[in-house]
Amino acid sequence: MSETGKILTANRLNDGLVVFLSAANIWTRHINDAALAQEANAQSALAKRGEDFEAANIVTGAYLVGAERDDGEILPDHIRERIRAAGPSVHPGLLVENPHVSLR
Amino acid sequence: MYRYDEFDARFVAERVSQFRSQTERRLSGELSEDEFKPLRLMNGLYLQLHAYMLRVAIPYGTLSSQQMRALADISEKYDRGYGHFTTRQNMQFNWIALEDTPAILEDLAKVEMHAIQTSGNCIRNVTADHWAGAAADELADPRPVAELIRQWSSLHPEFSFLPRKFKIAVTGAPNDRAAVKFHDIGLRLHLNEHGQRGWEVIAGGGQGRTPMVGVTVRDWLPEAELLGYLEAIIRVYNLFGRRDNKYKARIKILVHETGAEKFRDLVEEEYARKPGSGIEVDARELERIEAYFGGPNFEVLAMVQPEFEQDKLRGREFARWVRANVSAHQMPGYAIANISVKPVGGIPGDATAAQMRTIADIAERFGNDEIRVSHHQNLVLPHVRQSDLHEIWQVLQANGLGTANLGLIGDIISCPGLDYCALATARSIPVSQALSRRFSNPDRQAEIGPLRLNISGCINACGHHHVGHIGILGLEKKGVEFYQITLGGSSATDSAVGGVLGPGFSAEEVPDAIETIVDTYIALRMDKETFLQAYRRVGAGPFKEALYAAA
Amino acid sequence: MPLLNQREFKADPWTFLDTSEPVPSGGDIVVPFERLVSDFKTLMLHDGQLGVAFPNNLPVTELEPYLQRLQLVTLDFPAFTDGRAYSQARELRTHFGFKGELRAAGNLLPDQLGFMQQVGFDYFEIADERFSLDAWLDAATSISLSYQPSFTSRSQMPISTARGLADTSAPDAEDWPEQPHYG
Repeated sequence: MSETGKILTANRLNDGLVVFLSAANIWTRHINDAALAQEANAQSALAKRGEDFEAANIVTGAYLVGAERDDGEILPDHIRERIRAAGPSVHPGLLVENPHVSLR
Repeated sequence: MYRYDEFDARFVAERVSQFRSQTERRLSGELSEDEFKPLRLMNGLYLQLHAYMLRVAIPYGTLSSQQMRALADISEKYDRGYGHFTTRQNMQFNWIALEDTPAILEDLAKVEMHAIQTSGNCIRNVTADHWAGAAADELADPRPVAELIRQWSSLHPEFSFLPRKFKIAVTGAPNDRAAVKFHDIGLRLHLNEHGQRGWEVIAGGGQGRTPMVGVTVRDWLPEAELLGYLEAIIRVYNLFGRRDNKYKARIKILVHETGAEKFRDLVEEEYARKPGSGIEVDARELERIEAYFGGPNFEVLAMVQPEFEQDKLRGREFARWVRANVSAHQMPGYAIANISVKPVGGIPGDATAAQMRTIADIAERFGNDEIRVSHHQNLVLPHVRQSDLHEIWQVLQANGLGTANLGLIGDIISCPGLDYCALATARSIPVSQALSRRFSNPDRQAEIGPLRLNISGCINACGHHHVGHIGILGLEKKGVEFYQITLGGSSATDSAVGGVLGPGFSAEEVPDAIETIVDTYIALRMDKETFLQAYRRVGAGPFKEALYAAA
Repeated sequence: MPLLNQREFKADPWTFLDTSEPVPSGGDIVVPFERLVSDFKTLMLHDGQLGVAFPNNLPVTELEPYLQRLQLVTLDFPAFTDGRAYSQARELRTHFGFKGELRAAGNLLPDQLGFMQQVGFDYFEIADERFSLDAWLDAATSISLSYQPSFTSRSQMPISTARGLADTSAPDAEDWPEQPHYG
């Protein structure tokens, strides 16, 4: 059974790498560990947490991404976000964090 | 090539410390992201899809072996072992940490390199003919003037917050290899009957969402007046260029909306006030720069090199490489060896650290220690002996750099696209890879003849699709990538902007569509007509017919 | 609002009048450009120094008729990324030989200060109190050389001078009076 909602992503300020905010309020490189907010209230709370982390200079450019979770795997709606999560589609193996994120 | 004097070196060193301070202030939160962004961009640091991206300046595309090795070292020490040569003769590293950047800039400064003004709304790294100082058709090497402009534009106090970026290209040859009509300012050298040097000044060219061919503002500008005149143009742009809409902020829009005549008047009016006071090109300074370039010490060689003629008979592959990749040099017995960074199925412009070192070694051993980066994303050994070409080719072959496709359909120009770029709307690399595989047969490529295929992953046109004989533009609709095809563009002396052929194609359909276009050309070409010549003769009609009528 | 000049923060001795405030009987006053134009006949007789706040979207040639009477011109940076006033300053200093106080106002940041000095600004209205005096001074002096001639700043030596080249080729720079230097 799949769930749809929004996840929060950003780039880490110090190294620029793509991160996702987990339910434990920790930034993770693994999209499948991201907190998926399904309700509107939860989504705006998530966005607010992103603003706080930006203000604290931990991450930059935080924003919500539409995504679907199926069997523990999170797949963003948009091709751009899938590439952000998985790494360049032309360099398989460069990013080992999320080898199974589908680009289709 | 130019070597720094103590002042150039001190300037760059201070710039590195300045950026170290700026980075520390950003990491500590003293500077906000909005405030830091223009500062990091002026040092070539972008935030891309996956990480920060550092664009290193390779002024007018000239590199020494030592500099190339430094780039290889940086790619291994701070990145993931490879780098990308761009369509503006620079090198990009894709996986850079902000906190490492000051150290990288320090490493670059040690070999007289930097990332100053490779981004931001300022005067960007100056580009030049990649065969400068070597091409048989050249009037004079334009790089001393390019270096003069590099210095004058570095941290220019008045022009660091322009409406938008500003790109200058120079050429010293009648055959345009620097795309001077597609730059904010293009400079073309002319000699008068007394052998005096003057520059044709072209302004308002550009690509992006509104491609435009530049207009000549001055046919002949005496060299001494060059910087003053550039200052007048850029001041007019700084004061009157649009700042309300970033997509209308380039100088081409100002020239277009003002009208070429009126724009010229504004510039001349400003120039008449002598803005150049204090920056007349000092002949002594130009001489100093020329002397700091030093020249390659050419040997006196015979026009015909029997060894080289023999080598060409030794094997078909070498002969093919010579035909495609070797160009005429101004000195007898020498040649320009172009290295394709477009292996079949590869990523256009990407080179591994090992490849960079291989090229550095070859340049040191055979090529006067000099390497060039072309805006076609290839590399050049500008001064090699013809008799060394066979050995050079063998080393290149052994390192995946011997592809014989220069200027052919396999020599695809491609931006990084959505695989790396935060602005992209579609991927461009996978499309170029598919096309490169589709047309991998070297005999077929040779049969098709000269053909520029350019792919951009968004309307900003970093893959220069507008000037491709065949251009491909990646767009996106409802999350799905699709590709528009243009025909008939050219960035060479016969400059033109390509026209859109019709509705777009999916990524999977692109290779068939391009093949149809190529087949149509081969069927209708007369004699030795190139693709561009044939297109100009027959127009888009037959290509449209072949592509869309059947459907 | 503190005023940065000659390496220190100072109080602003000028009084800024908007379009309608009455002109005091004496003292140094700054008026918006539109008021300078409409009330110039009165203002030119003012018993005190006269300055103007000039917008960045008009050509400075419009200031030319008034420059003789002006002791101060304030140029505006509505956003730090909007660099028009750099050119305006340069034109005022070099084309029109304006020798009075040239003030930068608006969204100023420490890392732009060096550029502003080079084009001829000598006073800076510091609206942003986040940055210490040291932050301003350090940022402005971080680069000691310049590839361009510099008009008011001594903190940056033109490289052409360092190379022993441009001793003479900058008549405007030579004419330039000793400004209150910052560096």
